[in-house]
Amino acid sequence: MITPWMNTHLLTFLVFAPLAWGALLLLFPERQAPLVKLLAVLGAVGVLAVAAAQLLRGQPDALGQLAFERFHWFSAVGIPVEYHLSVDGLNLWLVILTVFLVPVTMLGTWNSLPDRSGTAFALFLMLESGMLGALVAQDLLLFYLFWEAMLLPMYFLIGVWGGAERRYAATKFLVFTLSGSLLWLVALLYMAGKAGSFAPGVMAQAAQALPPKAQGTLFLAFALAFAIKVPLFPLHTWLPDAHTEAPTGGSVILAGVLLKLGSYGFLRFAFPIFPDAARHFSPILAALSVAAIIYGALVAMVQSDIKKLVAYSSVSHMGFVMLGIASMTVIGTQGAMLQMLNHGISTGALFLLVGMLYDRAHTRRIADFGGVALKMPVFTAFFMIVTLSSIGLPLTNGFAGEFLILNGTYLSGFHWGKAAAVAATLGVLLSAAYMLWMVKRVFWGPANADPESGTAHLHADLNAREVAVLLPLVVLIFWMGIHPQTFLGHSEAQVSRALYPAAGGEVKR
Amino acid sequence: MQRIAWLIPVLPLLGSAFHGILGKRAGKAAVTAVALGTVGASFALALALFFAAKAAPGHRLDLVYFDWMAVGDLRVPFGLVFDPLSTVMALVVAGIGLLIHLYSVGYMWEEEGYARYFCYLNLFVFFMLTLVLGSSLPLLFVGWEGVGLCSYLLIGYYIETDYAPAAGLKAFLFNRVGDLGMIIGMMALFAAFGTLTVGEILGKAGHLAPETTFGVVTFATLMMFVGATGKSAQIPLYLWLPDAMAGPTPVSALIHAATMVTSGIYLICRLAPLYELAPTTMTVVAWTGGVTALFAATIGLFQRDIKKVLAYSTVSQLGYMFLGLGAAGFAAGFFHVFTHAWFKALLFLGAGSVIHGLHHQQDLFRMGGLKEKMPVTFWTMLIATLCIMGFPGTSGFFSKDEILYLAFLKSPALYVVGLLGAVCTAFYMWRLMGLAFWGKPRDRHAFEHAHESPWTMTLPLALLAVGALLAGLLGLPKIWGGTFAIEGWLEPALAFGRAEAPEAAGHGSHALAWGLMALSTTLALASGLAGFLIYRKGTKSEEAFAERNPALYRVLANKYFVDEGVEAGLLAPVRWIANLAWKFFDVILIDGVGVNLPGALTRIAGDFTARTQTGRVRNYALGMAFGTVLLLWIFLR
Repeated sequence: MITPWMNTHLLTFLVFAPLAWGALLLLFPERQAPLVKLLAVLGAVGVLAVAAAQLLRGQPDALGQLAFERFHWFSAVGIPVEYHLSVDGLNLWLVILTVFLVPVTMLGTWNSLPDRSGTAFALFLMLESGMLGALVAQDLLLFYLFWEAMLLPMYFLIGVWGGAERRYAATKFLVFTLSGSLLWLVALLYMAGKAGSFAPGVMAQAAQALPPKAQGTLFLAFALAFAIKVPLFPLHTWLPDAHTEAPTGGSVILAGVLLKLGSYGFLRFAFPIFPDAARHFSPILAALSVAAIIYGALVAMVQSDIKKLVAYSSVSHMGFVMLGIASMTVIGTQGAMLQMLNHGISTGALFLLVGMLYDRAHTRRIADFGGVALKMPVFTAFFMIVTLSSIGLPLTNGFAGEFLILNGTYLSGFHWGKAAAVAATLGVLLSAAYMLWMVKRVFWGPANADPESGTAHLHADLNAREVAVLLPLVVLIFWMGIHPQTFLGHSEAQVSRALYPAAGGEVKR
Repeated sequence: MQRIAWLIPVLPLLGSAFHGILGKRAGKAAVTAVALGTVGASFALALALFFAAKAAPGHRLDLVYFDWMAVGDLRVPFGLVFDPLSTVMALVVAGIGLLIHLYSVGYMWEEEGYARYFCYLNLFVFFMLTLVLGSSLPLLFVGWEGVGLCSYLLIGYYIETDYAPAAGLKAFLFNRVGDLGMIIGMMALFAAFGTLTVGEILGKAGHLAPETTFGVVTFATLMMFVGATGKSAQIPLYLWLPDAMAGPTPVSALIHAATMVTSGIYLICRLAPLYELAPTTMTVVAWTGGVTALFAATIGLFQRDIKKVLAYSTVSQLGYMFLGLGAAGFAAGFFHVFTHAWFKALLFLGAGSVIHGLHHQQDLFRMGGLKEKMPVTFWTMLIATLCIMGFPGTSGFFSKDEILYLAFLKSPALYVVGLLGAVCTAFYMWRLMGLAFWGKPRDRHAFEHAHESPWTMTLPLALLAVGALLAGLLGLPKIWGGTFAIEGWLEPALAFGRAEAPEAAGHGSHALAWGLMALSTTLALASGLAGFLIYRKGTKSEEAFAERNPALYRVLANKYFVDEGVEAGLLAPVRWIANLAWKFFDVILIDGVGVNLPGALTRIAGDFTARTQTGRVRNYALGMAFGTVLLLWIFLR
């Protein structure tokens, strides 16, 4: 009885099961926290198992969909709202990334939360629902609802379990994101009124009928909301604060999945609905992306807190993602698709590693360390591998993504695409500079002799749980670096259609 | 055999994984066996593929395994190419690599990080062989960045020190600057040719109309050359190599003398037909090489650290190779790669033997009189010194002379620069030999404990010495009755896809060749003799010279203060800008003015309006009265 229901309602199950499970777990009293955490992890692993088993073995239909659900939900002032979920080439791997990162995060931060950890784990599950819903929603109103729903669990995760400045950071996160999405909501409702539908395909047709100037304004309203989420320079300042204050798990999910919703929004909605405006504004997006790459890297270089350094590195890496999309080439955008996954894996792993260090040393200041390699060789080996992936060493995932993005940008249609690509290569140099300089100060050299230093508090190398959490991430780093085709195969035709709706997926460059 | 050709690079990779994961538990004997076994097997396979390629049509085997990246028009396969150029280079890497692995067994035996060392060293061999054998530029780039990584790890091998990791970081970053050039070059080539496979690029380049491609080709080749200056330590990116001597000495021999630093030359040889289409680039290459050759040689004159002398010597010799390439002598440049690999590896291993014997003494001024104490080291280093100074009949003589001759044909000024560099080379080498092996020991204690090294170290010295003496035979010049055989052998690779032979840079004659050879040889011998006579008596003359010319001595001993200049002129400003970006732009402008100020204003406005909510009826009544008056005034006005 369950199986036929699952066959037709797989996506509903994936989206709402974590929410239901999380809500259930909230009922348990706090002293049951270990049990709650165990149940939460089991639930998350179950979702991962179902998603992987059902989605990865499927064959795409003519529209590239691997699974979908679609029916009329309700009508508001005559405009129908559809309950339309689907998994296709554009979101398949982001969905897998999400369901993978949630249990990894839970296991990785098993002992990191001082109190009310059961509640936090339940919130992770509810957050998972919001993210999955936003990823698979095809109807724009539905997408908007999930988009906003994601905010709340994250707001509480930062505001309740965060560091000293958590309330400032949580409010900043909320206000930044909301101010972007309110403007977007206005544009969205306007478009829905014009189109008589919330379906992106219908909206795209309606947009064609609008004067170019109106298309441009509406595109910018969409772009603002997505750009804040990415975050694109100069709208990025909420991110370092949110990351620094968030608990480790919050940072992993924030960097790993939430930011991608921004770049995904460009690719799924903003570009296909307003193709002409996208073409018009893509050089500006590319310029901001290059600025983000270089600026984020420069600022990362002078940070004194390891986590803040990683946070600013996210600005730089997400700049690469946006550059690939703004190039409006298949090669560049495929690179961006890969880079989204790369960033989720590598930066997620970096946040986990920093958290493991913090759990032991209770400090994240670079100057408090030195000689960590002498005390924790296994940890150092993992950190080095993830660092290399983050700085894009070939045969790790980072290289394939950046290489495709740079090549795509060099080929892009606008006349200073070549200059943008050349300038963006600076990010490759600067990433090595800030990461390896930090590694040198934290890991190499003689052990910090100060008895109050972080190094002095390091007594144990990684335990089995921590190794078990990091190992799959390292495997993925190499897998994605050596055979990125596994992760690119599904999306090529769909990316081509998203960039060139008129050409029907025939454009190859 | 061809079906398992991929094992050539992969075997050392497996060895590296073994050392990294199990090495510490398995013990030193197992690590030794795996390290030598994997590199030895790679060498044997490479030898087999050398003959297989020789027998293949066009002396070339193109093997493709699977697609690495295939997006849109961009297809990058995992593929290996075996042709005269790559097989010779692979044999050098695996062969000299094997000798240096053997040497390392003795040199590193006492180290606690023995397994970690071989983990890095085997990994290096994997990446270096990937660089050499990769059939496409991105795959070559895998090796290119990978050897940079191993270089970083091995330079910083002594992690408990401050200076070694710093030197490693410097090496990685300077290399990355060059790598940007490589990436930009690849982007330009892909945009122009729609492929990044070397064979396909060269095939298309040979048949394009010159006027349509010259701009792109010049740009791409120049950018690739920027990459080469990083990896091969040429001006302006040479600064990392002298610092790289912080690593264990066998590493300096393998990576920073024989193999990795020559990959820039290898890259240009790989793309030789493309470089021939870009005369501007060729001139840049030649002059960069020539000037580096002289510049680094002058710094080498007064270094006191034995490894620093050899490091600057390497920078200088690499300069000669580029000089040769730029003078259209691709075979000559590569020939010098080949001979240099033998004698420079030998020099470094000899220096390592001295350092090992003296218990980590590297200061030439604290050595002296080691001739009898370390006979094998002495004699083998003597052979290498004769080779590098260009003593007639040795390998260095043939390869350097060919380069200088071609340089003269391109421009006599280049020849003069190269000649002056050769004069310095002979001088600093004999200074080194005189200070280390002749004269009275200047550090009694160290001298008394000095001993010859164990056989695992002296055997590689002896084998390299034989190689250094004989390597020249491969390129015996025509005027010596030879055929410059290496040119003929490399021809299929260097001219691959070339539509027609380019015009020779100039026209030489036998008389000119003999004359130039006599001139350079005489001057080098005289300069070497002078160095020997001055320094076999000790350090007094140099101290006197330093007293008489303090400014000149200081500038040379401090390497022209270039490092200090880079710190003040480049790194400090970058840090300043980064701090400005963060503290002014992010914190004050965006967060302060853009975010927190509106936030604060909202709160103030809220506080103000909140104050009107006093809860007292008469205040509200007063407000109502004011409001009524105001409304009446507005409507009745």
